[in-house]
Amino acid sequence: MTTFDTHASGSHVTSTSGSSAIGAFLAGVAAWATTTDHKRIGRLFIGLALIVGAAGAAIGALLGFERISADGYSLLESNTIEQLFSLYRVALAFGVAIPLMLGIAIAVVPLQLGSKSLAFARLAMFGFWMWLAGFVVAVASIGANGGPGGGNADMVDLFLLGLGICAVGAIAAIVSLVTTVLVNRAPGMSLDRAPITSWGAMAGGFALLVTLPVLLGTVIYLYVDHRYARAAFGGNKGISEWIGWAVTQPQTYVYAAIGVAVMAEIAIVASGRRHPQRFALMVGVGIVSLAALGGATQMQHGLTWTDTSVGEKIKELIPYLVFNGLPALGVLVVLGVSVLGLAMGKPRVMSPLVPAFLGLGMVLVGMLGHLISLFKPAGLAGTVFEEGEFVYVVYGTVLIGLGAVAYWGPKLWGRRLPDSAVFGLGLLGFLGTVLAAFPMYIAGFANQPAGQVDGFTYGGPQELWNTLSAAGHALMAVTVVLFLLTALRAFTAGELSGDDPWDAQTLEWSVSSPAPHDNFVSMPSVSSAEPLLDIKPAGSEK
Amino acid sequence: MTHALPAGPQPAPRRQVFIGTGLVAGAGALLIGGMLSIWLRFRANAPLRTSSDGLYQIKDWLPEAIKIPEVITNVNLGTFTVICIMAQWAVYSSRRHDSRHTTSALGLTFLFGLAAINALVTTFTQMEIGVADGAYQSMFYAITGTMIALVAGGLGYTLAALFKSIGGRATNTDLMSAHALYWYFLAAAYVAVWFVVYVQK
Repeated sequence: MTTFDTHASGSHVTSTSGSSAIGAFLAGVAAWATTTDHKRIGRLFIGLALIVGAAGAAIGALLGFERISADGYSLLESNTIEQLFSLYRVALAFGVAIPLMLGIAIAVVPLQLGSKSLAFARLAMFGFWMWLAGFVVAVASIGANGGPGGGNADMVDLFLLGLGICAVGAIAAIVSLVTTVLVNRAPGMSLDRAPITSWGAMAGGFALLVTLPVLLGTVIYLYVDHRYARAAFGGNKGISEWIGWAVTQPQTYVYAAIGVAVMAEIAIVASGRRHPQRFALMVGVGIVSLAALGGATQMQHGLTWTDTSVGEKIKELIPYLVFNGLPALGVLVVLGVSVLGLAMGKPRVMSPLVPAFLGLGMVLVGMLGHLISLFKPAGLAGTVFEEGEFVYVVYGTVLIGLGAVAYWGPKLWGRRLPDSAVFGLGLLGFLGTVLAAFPMYIAGFANQPAGQVDGFTYGGPQELWNTLSAAGHALMAVTVVLFLLTALRAFTAGELSGDDPWDAQTLEWSVSSPAPHDNFVSMPSVSSAEPLLDIKPAGSEK
Repeated sequence: MTHALPAGPQPAPRRQVFIGTGLVAGAGALLIGGMLSIWLRFRANAPLRTSSDGLYQIKDWLPEAIKIPEVITNVNLGTFTVICIMAQWAVYSSRRHDSRHTTSALGLTFLFGLAAINALVTTFTQMEIGVADGAYQSMFYAITGTMIALVAGGLGYTLAALFKSIGGRATNTDLMSAHALYWYFLAAAYVAVWFVVYVQK
């Protein structure tokens, strides 16, 4: 017997019976702050990422409203615009996409692998605090006139320091996560039998491990140069040029890579059967992670294709396809094979699939958009088209994250979100993403410049595009806030979920809900990629 | 209801520390590799100037007044070689449950690690350059400073292994192998920095 029920005991917070409420509160805070329980570490990442997500979308809305009247009324001072754009991108990339995907993986992967804990759990917790401290410092410094293009030199230094600390924290958490997948699998669980999300955590983790140290090295150079010499990297104006790749495509695909696997996992469960093309899904997820190659080279590999020989065209085409086309192909494979699996099985209506599936669709639209914008004759370089790509990819990742929280919520909290709320918020988030990003695609073709809120004009309903985009960002902010409120309510006083509410296939659903502190009494033995289907009564597989 | 899965056999000994250290070493390699690639990019894009003997057109990258103390940087190659031998000696001893030799090997690794840091810092003092003097200088301090930080991390690792060894866990071969792996990575990183920054300049 490898499972045990801990409904009665639940938390491992030190008992404080007889002590004051403040004492109990402080004990609870201390228990969370120093926890080595991977589920808590993951939930800390997820919770903060969603809060930052709402704030980031609100900033996007603010910038969008500012753009509505390109030469008229202004809400913001003109010298704050560049910092707000920096804040927006840094917040969505380093405050939302990375921690949201990392948090989901940290919370879920050890359970999926049949492991009692995360490898180097203290390192992961250290990573969380480093990430949080670095992110807060980076954001605060932007607020105090620092960041790229900032006017306060000390705050610019502080921004670089914060970003570096943030990267170190993320690297620490990723080392812990990837080591867990490589080492802590249950007996019989070879890598090809690992659940798709765990596989994606490993592939996406490797991709992050390839790119974040490169970012860290660049930040070290920038910090030393900006603080002491300002001779090599162009001072505060050079920061975006040197580290801008970390908040643009294709690097953002790396942040979304774990999410691709999450969607595949939910789709497999929704199909109600063993997936016949599981290997193709694993290949698709792996291919998406190849986006790390594009990030690590810190270059945009575009197509010029004017007045060039066939040989030159092919020379441009290969890196263009490898660095930008392959990740899109990976998402296409995952989406296609997932749909195939659903069509071949007897699909069930599962609410988490809605935001996850729509989210991955949005990521794909962003990737395809990037392929178009890199085609130089299209003339989209430096326009808001690129902002649209960024929004598609990051908001798509957020939607997948919402789906993941709805899917694994029962295992992490013991209660489930109402299906109607997940459906509704998934659709609302989808609408918000499309509204925020698609008008930017159109405005990009009309040459609306990126990173500016005024001083441009073009034939066409430019106010309409910018109004729609601003409304889309606002809608996304509302979606995330509503999701957080719904989750808060449902996970504290909602319907009890049962241990296997989705009739799932992987090990995390073999333990009680919420999962006990040490997950498993002993490591379970598995003999297939769907260990739960092996032991469920015959006929339970549709 | 919960689903009862059969308990698996006792898992094989896991090399968790070794794998984790390998990942850290890989990340460190990309950190140094990324910094070296930026260094090379700056050097490649530097304008040309006539060499001091007037015979050649050379890249105006390393300021003429700066002389790199090559004896120190070359000797440091030997230091890293010795460190790797010591770290491997610790692995060899721990596999043979020889705690005295393991502790000695780790102690020597620590001492030679200190010597390596000393040599790296001495290059700063002998070159007599300031970090604020220009592009080359700030980048030189950034990359060699990062190298020093990585070696300092290695010293911390050695201390942790040393304390474990003194505390009676000298036979933890996973830890000793991982510790040696980290020093191998540091030696490789130093060779790359030595070649690009100190030799090719």
